[in-house]
Amino acid sequence: MRISVQDAPFDLGKESTDFAQGHTDMGAIVTFTGVVRDLPDDPLEVMEIEHYPGMTESALREMAQTAVARFSLGDVLVIHRYGRLYPGEMIMMVATAARHRKDAFEAAEFLMDYLKSRAPFWKREVTAQGADWVASKDEDEDALSRW
Amino acid sequence: MMDVLYFAWVRERIGLPREKIETEAKTVADLVAELRAREDRYDLAFSDLTALRVAVDQTLTDFDASLDGAREVAFFPPMTGG
Repeated sequence: MRISVQDAPFDLGKESTDFAQGHTDMGAIVTFTGVVRDLPDDPLEVMEIEHYPGMTESALREMAQTAVARFSLGDVLVIHRYGRLYPGEMIMMVATAARHRKDAFEAAEFLMDYLKSRAPFWKREVTAQGADWVASKDEDEDALSRW
Repeated sequence: MMDVLYFAWVRERIGLPREKIETEAKTVADLVAELRAREDRYDLAFSDLTALRVAVDQTLTDFDASLDGAREVAFFPPMTGG
């Protein structure tokens, strides 16, 4: 299991390849990557991501440990960036390794649902119109109820 | 002595990221009441608790949580990770 909270960009190809190596008993690897999306009506200049050093790492580790137990994972990787990110940049990735694909897919969804509303990150969008903190969505909270 | 941390728009409204507070507050709600009585900027930041979340010693909890033995309390809006 590896958890990384970092300001630096990450290499999706290298991280995925490294993660996939050494799992001879795991037949399924799923990766998900979140990308900074431009806004259709009000072009995004930059996204600023703030986090709670210390709590962020422990909250992500706890989520990853829960996923390992619940979906019988062989391994988990979570990388999440903070700081100033521009449209098209990768914000975060999760990778899950399981014996079969259903567990690997579900574990990745579980981690993403929890990460959205339980990991202490806050996003702020800066556009020509000004800067606004991104509001949490009811559907993100609702997404947790299925787990 | 307790470390109190603020994040995102809570930090902006209060005007600082963290401070040390001498307090006898027994619960998070008591601490919030003490802070609100200090100055308008605190009163404004804590005016709608449904828009806030709290962590005690880096674990998410509720506003009625005990502060017995707590070293660090953090206030912030709902999280927007991912």
